[in-house]
Amino acid sequence: MEIALSAAIGVLVAAAAYLLLARDLPRGLIGFVLLGTAANLVIFAAGRIGTMTPPLVEPGATALAAGAANPLPQALVLTAIVIGFGLTAFALVLVMRAHAAFGSARSEDMDAAEPPACTEAAPAPPETGFVRQPARAPARPLREVV
Amino acid sequence: MDATVILRVSAPLLLWVPMALSLYLLLRGHNDPGGGFVGGLVGAAGLVFHAIARGHAAALRVMRLPPASWCGLGLLLAAASGLLAWLDPQAGYLTHRWWFADVGVTLPIGTALLFDIGVYLVVVGTITAMSFALVAED
Amino acid sequence: MRQVLLAAPILIPLAASAVTALLWRRPMAQRRIGLAAAVLLLAATLALLAEVVSGGMLVGRMGNWPPPFGIALVVDHLSAAMLVITGLMGLAVAVYAMGPGAQERDRAGFQPLFHALLMGVTGSFSTGDLFNLYVWFEVMLIASFGLLVLDRTKEQLDGGVRYVMLNLVGTTFFLIAVGLLYGLTGTLNLADLARVAPDVGNQGALAAAAALLLISFGAKAAVFPLFNWLPASYHTASMPVAAIFAALLTKVGVYAIIRVFTLVFAHDHALFGPIVGVIAMATMVVGVLGAAAHYDVRRILSFHIISQIGYMLVGVALMTPLAIAGSVLYVIHHIVVKANLFLVAGAMRQVGGSFALARLGGLWASRPLLGLMFLVPALSLAGIPPLSGFWGKLVVIRSGLEAEAYLLAFVALAVGLLTLYSMIKIWNEAFWKAAPEPAPQPAAWSRAQRIATFAPILLLCGVTLTIGLWTEPFAAFSIAAAESLLDRDGYITAVLGAPMPRFAEAVP
Repeated sequence: MEIALSAAIGVLVAAAAYLLLARDLPRGLIGFVLLGTAANLVIFAAGRIGTMTPPLVEPGATALAAGAANPLPQALVLTAIVIGFGLTAFALVLVMRAHAAFGSARSEDMDAAEPPACTEAAPAPPETGFVRQPARAPARPLREVV
Repeated sequence: MDATVILRVSAPLLLWVPMALSLYLLLRGHNDPGGGFVGGLVGAAGLVFHAIARGHAAALRVMRLPPASWCGLGLLLAAASGLLAWLDPQAGYLTHRWWFADVGVTLPIGTALLFDIGVYLVVVGTITAMSFALVAED
Repeated sequence: MRQVLLAAPILIPLAASAVTALLWRRPMAQRRIGLAAAVLLLAATLALLAEVVSGGMLVGRMGNWPPPFGIALVVDHLSAAMLVITGLMGLAVAVYAMGPGAQERDRAGFQPLFHALLMGVTGSFSTGDLFNLYVWFEVMLIASFGLLVLDRTKEQLDGGVRYVMLNLVGTTFFLIAVGLLYGLTGTLNLADLARVAPDVGNQGALAAAAALLLISFGAKAAVFPLFNWLPASYHTASMPVAAIFAALLTKVGVYAIIRVFTLVFAHDHALFGPIVGVIAMATMVVGVLGAAAHYDVRRILSFHIISQIGYMLVGVALMTPLAIAGSVLYVIHHIVVKANLFLVAGAMRQVGGSFALARLGGLWASRPLLGLMFLVPALSLAGIPPLSGFWGKLVVIRSGLEAEAYLLAFVALAVGLLTLYSMIKIWNEAFWKAAPEPAPQPAAWSRAQRIATFAPILLLCGVTLTIGLWTEPFAAFSIAAAESLLDRDGYITAVLGAPMPRFAEAVP
């Protein structure tokens, strides 16, 4: 069982890495979902596999019956799933809004935050001391020059 | 929104079904102790269904308060459930307290129930806020 | 009472976030409640600090479950100091956020998100449990996502996408590391991990988990080579948001590195010390060079966040008491100074009309007081005596020399000089050179807005000067914090009680 789980984790991480390298944001998001699933499986496997008995305390008992599954990884995985769900939903809304604003969901089409370096108005070097002539015409963007 | 007439007419009539189910789940959960999270998911699904049928403005009217306020109320309830622990000042935050109401049968009421109701409200608020934000894009 | 004190720094922002969300349609009421909560948070954290300084480490049990089974809240010197600084920043930014643009921000939901962010930060500083730390990271992350794209401009959406994608992957690494550690040790309580970790049979797997944690925390702290999300996004946020991000978010990552690598993986220092040292140097150099290449005040400041993170990691790299004390002092000083620089940048934008250095100018002639308010944090950042940054750098560099890490000390010195270059660049362009033609029209703002903008700047300038001129108590506190960080047995005993027998053998 551990071997099967390890293989599943490996495949999931590989697929996630491939998708995260895509420039298409929805693909990247799916990659993140897969990576999160792999992480959950890691936690699940870390709690040791081996029994099918659910970790429920029987009525009247004060402790788990011997041989019950380890409840802690299940609680951790549940928490992680809920958090991952919230993050994914948020990221999805964000990607959709970005798509609406830029008309594209590819990361290379989004250049509002970091415009090509030369368009960020760089001050010309001072001519004499610190006092400088009024601003000259802005430098041409690198794209036009090249 | 171009839902069919049947869907549009039946949606308000059927809204109570997921709502009742969600309340049942809130109290009983998957396995007897409460289930604020599943309950909240089912409740939110009902509201989202309503939004699909009648538009999200109609769903917001059904909810009365904006989704963020549902979250706020839920957070407040959940946080307050932990405060009751300090009836004993040495106890840690969120320590459970139980009361046994005697109405024919013994009805155990614990701070966990309050916490679960809080979770329920937060989940309904979050999910509806997220899905309405997605719907609003179209 | 101590239990209440321990939970208060988490509960106050939680309540504030909940109540302001409940009052979604009433921005004015939200603002008042937000401000009251910020004052209350600072007061509560100060009380907690006093309690820790007088009575030592505080340990709380959530839900009365004894550690290591339940979630423990543990506040020692370092945590208490970070909590107070969080309270201070929360108050400063809450006031600053009442300045220009407050109405739009509040209508977009600034208050609930801001307090949720503070809750994530205070939770991260208070928890003594690795999985709980993960949860607080995510609380912080979700709140910061919302805050970053508050205005929904194209710029913000672009920056937001980059920030979100990289941070999502970073925290997933954290989750995988948590899984591996649990599999190796059977526990996630930090004190219990510290107790068990040196005896784990498979030290290789443990080091792998530690490396994953270093990657995840490093991405959060924006260290080389995982820093790219920061300069891609911070400058797009609205100014109060950028200030609170600059003050707290990366520092949570630094805190997590310091906490975990001094406590749990201290026995692996021979492996991780040099790695962290190289990362620290590369982070300092890359950050400061990036700043030198930019001509937008916000972007220069963003890159300086990165370069300063390098100084804070020197403590973990060297692991001597002096080096860790230097890191603690540096973090405290840096949070105040960096947040203040962002606040000043916002004020410069308000009176000068732009963040671009080319379009700024003449501010010294028109606003000499603003110039002074810029000089205090700017020179402190560069490490000019007698300001707070000088003492921070002095301790860091001296610890480097004492540990015979000459290269590290040299890089720290050289980067200090380059920092000065960047600060002088802003000074020359924005304050000293002639005002550009046509002269920018300062945006109109009311007296109340001016007070809201300058009061927090003055407050933080005061803190910087206090640390600089009256260093003794701060230095003594940092050394006490370092001693308590290096006293691992003390931490373990305080959390777990008397040394426990090993009830579960670490599984091979």
